[in-house]
Order: sequence, then structure tokens, then C-alpha cells
Amino acid sequence: MRFWSAMWAIFWKDVRAEFRTKDIFTGMLIFALLAVLIFNFAFDLRVERAKEVLPGVMWVSIVFAGMLGLNRSFILEYDRGSLSGILLAPVDRSALYLGKMLGNLVFMVAVEVVLLPIMMVLFNVNVLQPSILIFVFLGTIGFAIVGTSFAAIAVNTRAREVMLPVLLLPVLVPVLIAAVKGTANVLDGGTLGEQMSWLRILGAFDIIFLGIAFMTFDYIVEE
Amino acid sequence: MRRKFGLLEGLVIVAAVLVVADMYMGLIYAPDPSNLQTEVTRKAQHIFYYHMGMNVMAGSALLTNFIASVLYLVTRRRFWDAVARSAAEIGVIFGIGVLVSGSLWARPTWNAWWTWDPRLTTATITVLLYIAYLMLRNAVDDPGRRARFAAVYGAFAFVSVPITFMSIRLWRTIHPTVFGGSNPNAQGAFALGSHIRQAFMFSMVTFLIVFFVFLLVRVRLALVEERLSAVRETLDALLSRGADVEPIGRD
Amino acid sequence: MIHVRGLVKRFGYTIVLRGISIDIQAGETVVLLGPNGAGKTTFLRILATLLKPNAGRVTVAGKDIVREPHKVRHLLGYVSHQTLLYPDLSARENLRFYARLYGLPHADERIQEMLALVGLGKRADDLVRTFSRGMLQRLTIARALLHNPPILLLDEPDTGLDPQAAAMLARLLRDVAGEGRTILLTTHNISRGIDFADRVIVLSRGRIVADRPSSDLTPHDLSEFYLNAVTQEAA
Repeated sequence: MRFWSAMWAIFWKDVRAEFRTKDIFTGMLIFALLAVLIFNFAFDLRVERAKEVLPGVMWVSIVFAGMLGLNRSFILEYDRGSLSGILLAPVDRSALYLGKMLGNLVFMVAVEVVLLPIMMVLFNVNVLQPSILIFVFLGTIGFAIVGTSFAAIAVNTRAREVMLPVLLLPVLVPVLIAAVKGTANVLDGGTLGEQMSWLRILGAFDIIFLGIAFMTFDYIVEE
Repeated sequence: MRRKFGLLEGLVIVAAVLVVADMYMGLIYAPDPSNLQTEVTRKAQHIFYYHMGMNVMAGSALLTNFIASVLYLVTRRRFWDAVARSAAEIGVIFGIGVLVSGSLWARPTWNAWWTWDPRLTTATITVLLYIAYLMLRNAVDDPGRRARFAAVYGAFAFVSVPITFMSIRLWRTIHPTVFGGSNPNAQGAFALGSHIRQAFMFSMVTFLIVFFVFLLVRVRLALVEERLSAVRETLDALLSRGADVEPIGRD
Repeated sequence: MIHVRGLVKRFGYTIVLRGISIDIQAGETVVLLGPNGAGKTTFLRILATLLKPNAGRVTVAGKDIVREPHKVRHLLGYVSHQTLLYPDLSARENLRFYARLYGLPHADERIQEMLALVGLGKRADDLVRTFSRGMLQRLTIARALLHNPPILLLDEPDTGLDPQAAAMLARLLRDVAGEGRTILLTTHNISRGIDFADRVIVLSRGRIVADRPSSDLTPHDLSEFYLNAVTQEAA
């Protein structure tokens, strides 16, 4: 019982603090929008090409914006004493992990809620279909699962900001591929079978890495 | 300090001999495969023995890193951390070797330096994963923390490889591409005559042995460190029991 | 209450604690003195279960802190120079967070009580980022006492405080000590430390070099006592 209570306490603490300043959210959102704009110039996205490139542009923007957010949520703890306050309490370390992970997930979803409609307008493509949204959701979960663990590691290293992308991106490749290809498939009107294959990969990734993150978080935070 | 001629030195010599023998096997003993069209592709195919050999080495290295990482987390013995680090280094070097040799083979065979073939792409990502592992080690000063973080990342990294492979393969089967897909011999299929098969087997075994030798050489330092660790622990225990001991040299 | 046997802590090649053995009874107030680098902070952090020792045994209320840290954590309150408070939350929200982590029943009443105790009742709903250093320290103590731990560990709680704030803190600690709590405190203010505590322990280069009841020490000989203890070890 205490496990869930502690997890929600940590989650709400992060959400409440963020709600006051909105630092993380704003930073992520602006970055994502800028990324989309830059892609627009880089690829000269006219209407015909837009549909092809949209999934890639969307996911790259989400991933890079997401990394900003992950960093922030742990740096805040680090500068207050490196999670010591939470570690002092009789709290299961996995509850700490889950609380942080859910917080990160919510920040990313919040950004996506704003980003996706904007992209819809810019690209003139309907991305708010349920079949796409489920890809967005599962992909974001995968990102949050692995990202939270790696952010906890990266914040304790010398080149903090550089370390997180270096660690995270290679491991996220399956998520990127599955999410981008799945989204593209839906936009192209592909078969349900294909989409299911991609969803299965996303699902497997999420479950497997949630397990590993759970098992290893203790080792990351304990001295 | 006089170095005596021990088991490790013997193994190094054995490995060296095997490598020379493998050069002979791969380049001279093995004939050009009969089914390939041009002279160039026939000659280039010989790269395959070393390409696969390095593949075996890199693969063993990564498996070793995974096992050592898990063992470190369980036992907290620095020895396993040293094994994990050595294995990662070997894996990265020979992983790059796989990519380079694969590229050299691809050019004459498929007329492209690079193909987005699932195995090659996964190999590239894997090499990047373990370079990230080494970068992580470099970025942590405290040795205990370094070992812990590296072990955790090693676990994540290893598990991600099969999933990455499956996702890339699914991508490739759904979208067969122009590069590297047109040639029906794209999978490097060539007639496996008995000589070719022998050369191939010989290569695999040689490289496996070379891997172990490399690992042992790298890890030998770790074995010494482990003995030093044991001494330090004895010192701790003595201090704990009230002995008035001062470590010699650096405190 | 707290029993330490042969505690050794190493960071890489540096040995910070060289076999510390000590017993602290319930209700004692102990001040830990010593030069920087002596190992005071490390010692406290190990007791607080934030660090694991390399050798030796530490038991708190009969439980081994290495093997069963979770059974011990609710017995300890820890105050260090890092506030462990979140600047974008109010004082009350910070305490509520910790109350939930410790699973405290009737949290709101307890929080009100603590805020009143440290004199921050009026600022309960102000964001912590607006607090002065002295107020932060008081709130930190409220946080440490929230779960009513029988043992309080304070690592230089008076650092960075002006004399008035430090005096307020001292008064607060005296009140708290009166409730029968076991208190272990480190400080650089030798006279105040000896004034406050029942027992004085001096740590130098990872070893305990002196352990006396504070009543043995007059104000006259206290600095001499301290310097002797410390230089003896350096010899």
C-alpha cells in the first residue's frame, strides 16, 4: 500500500512543481516546434511530400524534445541533494522509479497534446486518428521507460547533457522504427496486419524494458 | 620483475599460429567459389572468412559483457567489472572490423559500399551502443559508481539488440529496397564446396580462440587488481578490528 | 540505541573512516567535532543509510543498517547543508510530500504542529524559493522531525546562518532534545556544540581521538582540548 502512495506522492510532487513554473513543458514544446520548422526548411516540405515525411519529423521532434524534459526532471533532484530526501525515507526504490517515469510520461503527453494538432494544421494531415494515437502513446511510454532510467544515470556523469542522448538513442531505435513505420502505415492506408506487427514490437519493447528498468533502478540510485 | 612463461603466453602463441594458419586457409586453401560471376567477386569473397570470424568475436564479446555485467551487479566483485569493460572494448574494435570488412566485401559484390541490410544495420547500431557504454565509463569518476552504471547500461544494451534486429528486419521485409536487394546473391550465398566449408569452420574456431586470448590478456590486469582488492579488504577488516595500520604510499 | 563496531569507509583509494567503534544510548545528545575531512559527514551519512560501509557493523535499535535499511529509516531524521526541499512547492506542500513518503496518518495536523514548532506557521503556503537560509534550515528540521524519529542526525545545521538564526536553531534543538530524543550533531562552533551536548566526540583523520562527557570540559580548556586531540593525531 505504501508503495503506491509513495509513487503517487513523487509523481504529484513533480507535476505540481512543474505546473508552477512550466519550465519543462514550455522548453519542450518550443523545441519541438522549432524542430518541425527546421525540418520544413531542410526538406522543403510541400504538401505532396508532407505525408511521407510527417511521421519521421514528428517522432524526431518528440524524441529530442523529450530528452530535454528528462534531463530537467532529474537535474532538479540532483541539485537539491541528489534524491537524498527521498532515499532517506522508507520508500521502495521502484516506487521512486515509477513515480518519476509517470511524471516524465505526463510531461511528454502534455507536449504532444499541443504539438500534434499544430502539426495537423501545418502539414494538412490528420494525425489525430486513434490508430495513430495508439502508436504515439506506446512509443512515448517506451521513451519514458528507458529515458527515466538513463536520465538517472546521466545526471551523475560529467557531461550530463551530452550523455543522455548518447545512451538513449541507440536503445530507442526499435521504438523509433516501429512508431514511425506504424504511423506511416496508417497514413498510407496500410493493412491492419502490418500495423499489428509494429504494435507488437512496441508492446514487447515496453514490457521488457519496464521489467529491466524495475530490476535495475535500485542499483542506479543506491550508493 | 621476471616474467615467467605461463599458460597465457602459451595461449598467445597458439592464437598467433592459428591466425597465420587461418590466413593460409582463407586466402590460399579455400578456392574461389564457382558460382560467382566475376573475377573480382570471386576474390572478394575471401574476405568473408575474416568478416564472419570478427562477427563471432564481436558477438562473443557482447555476450560476455552482458554476463559479466549481471555478475557484477550480483556479486559486486570488481573482477567482473573489468571483464565487462574488456569485453566491450574487444566488441567495439571487432564490431568496427565487421562493418569495414563487410563494406569491403559489399563493394565488388553488390556495387555499393553500404546496404541497409538488417544484419549490417543492427551491427552498426550495436557498435554505437557499446561505444556509448565506453563513453559512459569514461564520464564517471568514482570507480564503484562507474561499475554499477556500466553494468546497468550493459544489461539494457544487450537486451535491446534482438529487439532492434527484429524491428529492422520487419522494416526491410515490408519495404524491400533498391539498394542491395536486387542481386539474388545478396545474402552472400555462394556455393559451399567442402574446402570452403573447412576454411570457414577453421576461421570461426580461430577467431573464437583469439577472442578468449584477447580477453584473458586484458583481464589479466583485472586479476591483479582483484588480488589488490582482496588486500584492501583485509586492510579494512584489520582496521575494523582496531589494528593501527597505515597503507603504504598513497593514502 | 546506536552501536557501531569497526566502521570502515573507503572512497576508491582514500580511507575516510578507519575503524570507528562507538555506542550511543537512547536519549544522549552527542556533538561530533573535528577538522574538515575528518569523516564527520561520511559517518553521519552512513548512519542515515545513504552510504554503505566497507567493513564493520552498525546497528540501530538492534537492526543492522546494511542488511535491513528499510527497517531503520523511519527511526532516523537527517538534516544536512543540502535542504532536500523543493523550491517550487510551498512549505506545506513539501511537508505533505514527505509525510506521504513516510506514510504518516493525520498528516495535516502533524504538519501544522511542526510548522508551529519551527516558527513557520505564517509562511506555510509560501513557496520555499522565497525563504531565507535560516527559514530553510528551520523547515528542514521540521521535515526531519515530521515522522517523529527517535534519532536525529544533524550535519552542520548552523552553516550559513547568522547569529540570530543560529541561536534560534540552538533553542529549537534544545526543545527537541528535551523530548528524550537521541541527537548526533556535527558543528564547527565548538563552544556552542559543547554547550548543547552531553557528550563530546572528536574525530580526526577517520578515527575517534577523544570521547568525553561535556561536563568534564570547562570553557577555558575546551579549545585546548580540541587542538590537542586534533594535533595528536596528525603527529
